[in-house]
Amino acid sequence: MSYIAKPSAHHPALPKNALGLTRRDYEGTMSTLCAGCGHDSITAALIEACFEMDLPAHRIAKVSGIGCSSKAPTYFLSRSHGFNSVHGRMPSITTGANLANRDLVYIGVSGDGDTASIGLGQFCHAIRRRVNMTYIVMNNGCYGLTKGQFSATNDKTSPSKKGDANPFEAIDLCQMAIQLGAGFVARSFSGDKVQLIPLIKAAISYWGFAFLDVVSPCVTFNNHPTSTKSYDYVRAHNMAVDKLDFIEEKDEITADYAEGTSVAVTMHDGSRLVLHKLDQQHDPRDADAAIMAIRSNAAKGRVATGLLYVNETQRDMHDILATDARALNSVSMTELCPGAKVLEAINTRLR
Amino acid sequence: MSGINDFVVKFATVNGSGSASANGIFAKTLFRMGVPVSPKNIFPSNIQGLPTWYEVRVSEAGYLGRRDGIDLMVAMNPQTFKEDLAEVVPGGWLLYDSTLPRVWPRDDISIIGVPIAEMCAAKWQDTRQRQLFKNMVYVGALTALLDMDVEVLKSAVADQLKGKEKLVAANMEAVALGREYACRNFDCPLPIRLRHADGAKGKILVSGNEAAGLGAIYAGATVCAWYPITPSTSLAEAFERHAKRLRVTKEGRRLFGIVQAEDELAAIGVAIGGGWNGARSFTATSGPGISLMSEFLGLAYFAEVPVVLFNIQRGGPSTGMPTRTQQSDIISCAYASHGDTKHVLLFPANPTECFAMGAEAFDLAERLQTPVIVMSDLDIGMNEWVTEPFAWNDAHVHDRGKVLSADELEKFKEIKGKDWGRYQDVDLDAIPYRTLPGTHPTKGAFFTRGTSHDENARYTEDGRAHARVLDRIRRKFDTAQTLVPKPEVAIRDKSGKTGLIYFGATTPAVHEALDLLEREGVKVNAMRIKAFPFTRDVASFCAMHERVFVVEQNRDAQMRSLLMTEAEIPGAKLIPALNYDGMPLTAAFVQGVVLKRLQPAKAAAE
Repeated sequence: MSYIAKPSAHHPALPKNALGLTRRDYEGTMSTLCAGCGHDSITAALIEACFEMDLPAHRIAKVSGIGCSSKAPTYFLSRSHGFNSVHGRMPSITTGANLANRDLVYIGVSGDGDTASIGLGQFCHAIRRRVNMTYIVMNNGCYGLTKGQFSATNDKTSPSKKGDANPFEAIDLCQMAIQLGAGFVARSFSGDKVQLIPLIKAAISYWGFAFLDVVSPCVTFNNHPTSTKSYDYVRAHNMAVDKLDFIEEKDEITADYAEGTSVAVTMHDGSRLVLHKLDQQHDPRDADAAIMAIRSNAAKGRVATGLLYVNETQRDMHDILATDARALNSVSMTELCPGAKVLEAINTRLR
Repeated sequence: MSGINDFVVKFATVNGSGSASANGIFAKTLFRMGVPVSPKNIFPSNIQGLPTWYEVRVSEAGYLGRRDGIDLMVAMNPQTFKEDLAEVVPGGWLLYDSTLPRVWPRDDISIIGVPIAEMCAAKWQDTRQRQLFKNMVYVGALTALLDMDVEVLKSAVADQLKGKEKLVAANMEAVALGREYACRNFDCPLPIRLRHADGAKGKILVSGNEAAGLGAIYAGATVCAWYPITPSTSLAEAFERHAKRLRVTKEGRRLFGIVQAEDELAAIGVAIGGGWNGARSFTATSGPGISLMSEFLGLAYFAEVPVVLFNIQRGGPSTGMPTRTQQSDIISCAYASHGDTKHVLLFPANPTECFAMGAEAFDLAERLQTPVIVMSDLDIGMNEWVTEPFAWNDAHVHDRGKVLSADELEKFKEIKGKDWGRYQDVDLDAIPYRTLPGTHPTKGAFFTRGTSHDENARYTEDGRAHARVLDRIRRKFDTAQTLVPKPEVAIRDKSGKTGLIYFGATTPAVHEALDLLEREGVKVNAMRIKAFPFTRDVASFCAMHERVFVVEQNRDAQMRSLLMTEAEIPGAKLIPALNYDGMPLTAAFVQGVVLKRLQPAKAAAE
C-alpha cells in the first residue's frame, strides 16, 4: 500500500469559509486506517475545526511520531507542511520547529504508545517548556500497527481481545499534563464530535501548551465488549464536566450566560471560551479540582471529558526565553552574523 | 634536548583546589611573552578531591604536540607523589611544598622545596585564602626559576580578575612571596627557562569549544539544543555566552533560542525541527550522545533535513574515559543510524578551524540538506591552543541552499521546465529543492517522513521508488565531495614511497614527527584529511605511495577502514599508527611507528 490520492473535483455549491475555501481544501489523502477507526473521526473534526476557524492551512504545521495515530496527519490539511518523525519524538521536533518560527500553528499528533511509553519524557518536557502547540493524543489503549499489544494508557480492568488480563495500572495523561503545567487540558471522545470540535478550536486558539486526549477506539484490537476504550463503553461512561462554546473574536456574543453555572475564558487571540458547568464542583481554572474531577469519575468507572483545566495567563516558551517577536527563521544573516570588526575585537581579547 | 624556551612543566594538584586559574595564568603569561605553549588539562571525572594535572609544553620552535618526559614537576598532590616523581626526566626538577619536608627517592633530579603552606599561613588568616593563594605562591616561585616576566604575569592576573582590583593585588603578593623565596634559596633561573620570543606573536590562545560556539554565531545559527556531557558542554555554553552579547536586539529581545534538553534524543530532535523549519540549528555532544542521536540522524539523512552536530569525541567505548581524548567515533558518525546512511564529517585540527568549520558546516548542511558532523575532540575542544586568529570575510554570503520562496514556487515550472516535487533531482546534482512551512497558500506543502517516499514526498512501498530515492541520496555524496574542504598535502620528497595520513588533534605531533624523521634522513610525505566524503586527492595521494601510515587515536584503525571502504585503498598499503590511551599523541610515538616499519627494510637493503 502506498498513498491514495483523493479526486480533487468537488460540488460547486460546497459552502466556503471566509478565505473562500471549502472543507475539501482542508482534507488530506485517503485514510489507510481501518474502517471505523476513531482516528478518522478525529481527523474529520480537525478538518471541520480548521475550516470553521478560517485558518490558512499553509500557516499550520502538522507534526507526528510513529503509529496509527501518527499516520493521521496525512489525512488532513494537505496544504500544510507535515513531519512524520520518529517514534515518541514528535515533541522535540515541534519544539525546534516552534523555536524557528513562532508564527505558525503547530498541531502535534501522537498516540498512546507514542506519548505514554516511548515518548513520555519528551511529552513531559514539551509541557514543561510551554511549547505553544496543540498536542493531540489519539488514545486507543493499544498498539495497532504491531497487532494489539496493551499500551500504557490501557486500564488495568480492561483485558485484551483474546481475554488476557492487563497487569499494570494505566497512565492518565491528562492528570500528568495538569501536574506538569500544561495550560489547557481536555479530554474527549472520537465519537462525540459536538464536544470535540469546539475543544479542538479552543486548543488551537490557546496560547501555550494545549493538551487534548481523545479516546479513540481501535476497531480491530480494542473495541470488544470488555474493553474500556470501546465505542460502547465510552458512550455509556462518558461524564462531561462541562459543555464548551467556542466563540471566535469576530463572532458576535449573542447570549449572556448565567453566573455560577458558566465560566468565560478570554483567550490570547481575543476569542472566548464559554463553559457551561455540568459538574458544579468543577472549576476548570483550578488544577486541583481538575485532577479531582478526573480521579473521582475514574473511581466510579467513568471517563471525565470536556475542558478539564485552563490557565488563562500562561507564558509560552518564547515568552520565557525572551526571543524576538519575529520568527527566528526570518531574521536576515546580516543581522545574525556579527561581522569581521567584532571578530577582531574578540581576537584581541584572546591575546 | 630541553633548554631555553623548550621544556615541559607539569602541575600535579587536587581537583577543586583552585589550581586551574593559577595554571591558566601561568600559561597565558608564557603566551604573552610570545612563546608558543600547549597547555593540556588532564582532569578527572570529578568535582573535588581527585588528582588533576596540567601539562604545559613550551616550544619556541612551535612544536605544540604533547611530549613525554617532564622537565619540571610541580608536585602539589601527595596522592600522586610517586607517579609524579617517576615522570621527571633525569636531570630535571621537582618543586614541592616543603612545609612537611620529605625525602624524594631519586638522586638524578633536583628537588626544590618551597614551604608554601607555612608561608601562606603566616601571611593570611583566612583559611580559604591560605588555600587558594598557595597556587599563586608556586607560580611566584616559577617566575624566578623560569625567568618569567612578572609584568606580563600581572597583566594576565588583571585580565582574569577584571573588576576585582583588590584580588589582583593579593594575588600579586602571593606571587612575590614565592618569587622572593625562590630567589633567596635557589640558583635562579634554571637552565630551562624563558625568554621573550615571537613564535606566538599575532596568535590567540583559545579552546576549540569556545571557537566552535563562536563559529555557530557567525554561521547565523539561531536554534541550539543540547544535553550536558563532557567534553562538549562548554561549546553550547560558549554559544550562549556569545549570543547573549552579540544577539540581543535594542529592545532586549533575543535572536536565538537555546534549549537544554532532557536528553540527547530530544536535543537532536529540537535541532532537526529547527532545521526543517528554516533556522540554522545545531547540537553538541560526545560519544554516548552520538549513540543516542543515531536514530534521528538517520531520519535527517533520509528526509534530507539540514542540521549541524558537533561531536567532541572522548574516550570510548561506553562511558569510557569521559575526560580523556580519542578519535574513536569515526565509523559510528560516518554511518550513524540503521539502514544505508552516510554522513558528511569535518575534521578540524585546531580551534581556528573549529571556528571556520563550525561556520562552514551550516553552509554545507543547508546546501546538501543533510546532517553535517564536526568531529572535534576533548584535546582541541577543552584545551587552550595557541592558534591563528579567527578570520571572517564580510563579503561571505551564507549559502542557504535550495529553499524556494513563494515567488520561486510560482515560477518553478517556468524556469526549470518541470513541476516542483520535494525530492525531484531537477538540477542533476542530486540535491532537490525544499520549501519551508508557511511559504505559499497552495503550493509547496509536502510531508516530511522517515518512511519510504517517492520523488514527490508521497509515502510509498514501491521498492523501485525506494531504491531510486536511495540512489539519488547516495549521488548527493558525490556532490558533497566537490564542496567539502580538500586535504592539506605536504610533499617532502617528490619521488618518495612513504606517505602518512592524519587528521584533527594529532596535527601538531605529526608535524613534529615529520621534522624529526627528516632530520634522521627519512622523508615522509603527508596528507591531512579535513573531511569525509574523501575528495579525489585522497585516493591520488595513496596511489602516489607504496605505503601510507594512517595516524589516529583509536584501537580499530577506523579512518583506515573508511579509506579502504570509501576510497577503495588496498588495506595492505595502509599501515595503522594507533594511539588510544586517552592521552594526546606524541611526536615520539609517530616517529617510533614509522622507524620500526621502515628501518628493517632499510637495513635489509643495505
